[in-house]
Amino acid sequence: MREWKLGKPTREAYGETLLEIGEENKDVVVLDADLSKSTYTFLFGNKFPDRFFNFGIAEANMVSAAAGLATSGKIPFCSSFACFMINKAYEQIKIGIAGSKLNVKFVASHAGICVGEDGFTQQSVEDIALMSTFPNFVIVAPADEFATRWAVKECIKHNGPVYIRTQRPKAPIIYNENTEFVWGKTKTLEDGEDVTIISYGMTLHIALDAHDELLKKGIKAKVIDFYTIKPLDEETLLKAARETKGIVVIEEHLLNGGLGSMIARFLAEKKPCKVRFIGLNDTYGESGTPKELFEKFGLTAQNIIKKVEEIIKDD
Amino acid sequence: MQKTCIKDLEKLKSIAKEVRKDIIRMTGNAGSGHPGGSLSCVEILITLFFKIMRHDPKNPKWEDRDRFILSKGHAAPALYAVLAQSGYIDKKELLTLRKIGSRLQGHPDKRFLDILEVSTGSLGQGLSVGVGIALAGKIDKKDYRVYVLIGDGESQEGQIWEAAMFSSFHKLDNLCAIMDYNKFQLDGKISEILDIEPVIKKWESFGWKVFEVDGHSFEELIEAFNEAKNIKGKPQIIIAHTIKGKGVSFMEGNNHFHGRAPNKEEEKRALEEIGEDL
Repeated sequence: MREWKLGKPTREAYGETLLEIGEENKDVVVLDADLSKSTYTFLFGNKFPDRFFNFGIAEANMVSAAAGLATSGKIPFCSSFACFMINKAYEQIKIGIAGSKLNVKFVASHAGICVGEDGFTQQSVEDIALMSTFPNFVIVAPADEFATRWAVKECIKHNGPVYIRTQRPKAPIIYNENTEFVWGKTKTLEDGEDVTIISYGMTLHIALDAHDELLKKGIKAKVIDFYTIKPLDEETLLKAARETKGIVVIEEHLLNGGLGSMIARFLAEKKPCKVRFIGLNDTYGESGTPKELFEKFGLTAQNIIKKVEEIIKDD
Repeated sequence: MQKTCIKDLEKLKSIAKEVRKDIIRMTGNAGSGHPGGSLSCVEILITLFFKIMRHDPKNPKWEDRDRFILSKGHAAPALYAVLAQSGYIDKKELLTLRKIGSRLQGHPDKRFLDILEVSTGSLGQGLSVGVGIALAGKIDKKDYRVYVLIGDGESQEGQIWEAAMFSSFHKLDNLCAIMDYNKFQLDGKISEILDIEPVIKKWESFGWKVFEVDGHSFEELIEAFNEAKNIKGKPQIIIAHTIKGKGVSFMEGNNHFHGRAPNKEEEKRALEEIGEDL
């Protein structure tokens, strides 16, 4: 196993990067709904109080107001916990932003079960399913602080709605400040011809652990960071489907509507192959440490290896 | 306050007749739509577009324009008819309402009609959009004003009160709401379904300056809007008492026409009743 050095939480990297882009671009405004100390938008609020609005515990008003700010040429960044901002203001996002073609950036924190002890009401395991229903939204799920900094800086160059998924705990460092990412694409971290493992966010390092274990068994796995979830990186998927015996998708999300289901839909039509899914199967998270919860819900290297072996055995 | 001269009033009334006839023709031709709540807000819209708002149909994206949001999006026919009267869209286009490919979607849709600020039609959201535009105006130190027309039934939505609380806390005096108080919602009388009274006390307690007018009186509307412009430090709301289906005897106060278009015979009768231009 690799030694993972823990970096900053992706939510904190977001807050820090907001300061940079806020300095460079005076149209950036930041909106929060009483969670600025958790989403780290308070950093922006302290530095640019005239462009920071705390809406209080009123997510619907915040999201519709973001639409209003966007019509006036501002670039609003809306933040809260994923479960509150997206679920409570789902229709406000649909009508005000998606259905009005406006340039609003949603950056939510506390996605996934790695929220931990706070329990299921604070954990969003449906955010990607919900956000992927909005036409033209780009969805980015960075795995560490470096990927997050890139995504937050890059999203401003994209004239259109974006959802960036950030998470609560300190994130294992996978990248560095020189890593190159491409907007709308994914990143192949390990190349292999036997199987493909796809992940994003806080489960990506688990996929890399599984890769290392598999290598000891003589199985070469391709590992892809699907940091862009939407639009789907079809080219990379087709390549993986052609070059390897099958694909395992591991994600901190419900299986219904998660990345795995999007991949399966695409491949079923374009290049049918064996796909196995690891995620939350028709259930919600609960209280516990992130590690305990990952084990309880099967988000482990051992589970990936099991699925990989299934694919190879069936071949 | 300068009184509106008689000639002006006659002109506004004449435009109102045209707009009412357009609403009847548009919904009649479409075979669906919401004539009741469109007819109730005709004077409100005309007052805004012809007497109050700073805007330029030749330059619809003018940065300093006053903004208008039809939060009660089902009154789209009234908005489209007034946009046509103002010169934003061709009058001939009105009869494309609700047809495939039309810019005039059943509810206002910015994807098709870009002169709109946002799409509307799900109640409760427009006032918050107005909040965002008003905030942008404050940040940019612009003097434009933001007008949002909400429905009375729409005030049952919690988001309206989120926006109400926020606006007064942030002293958004560049924001002016108008409530088309026609006393009905889809299922019946507001007073019987979920009463919004005492509505004036509610808005006042949320920190808004409240005006109460006859929503079919141009004089009262103009006076209230002009007074609202001078209010400092507070958002304003004009509670406009109106009659649902106003202008057509068999539609007035008849909630049957909330979400049903007139048939051919009803259309003919309605047009005759509204009559020729003054």
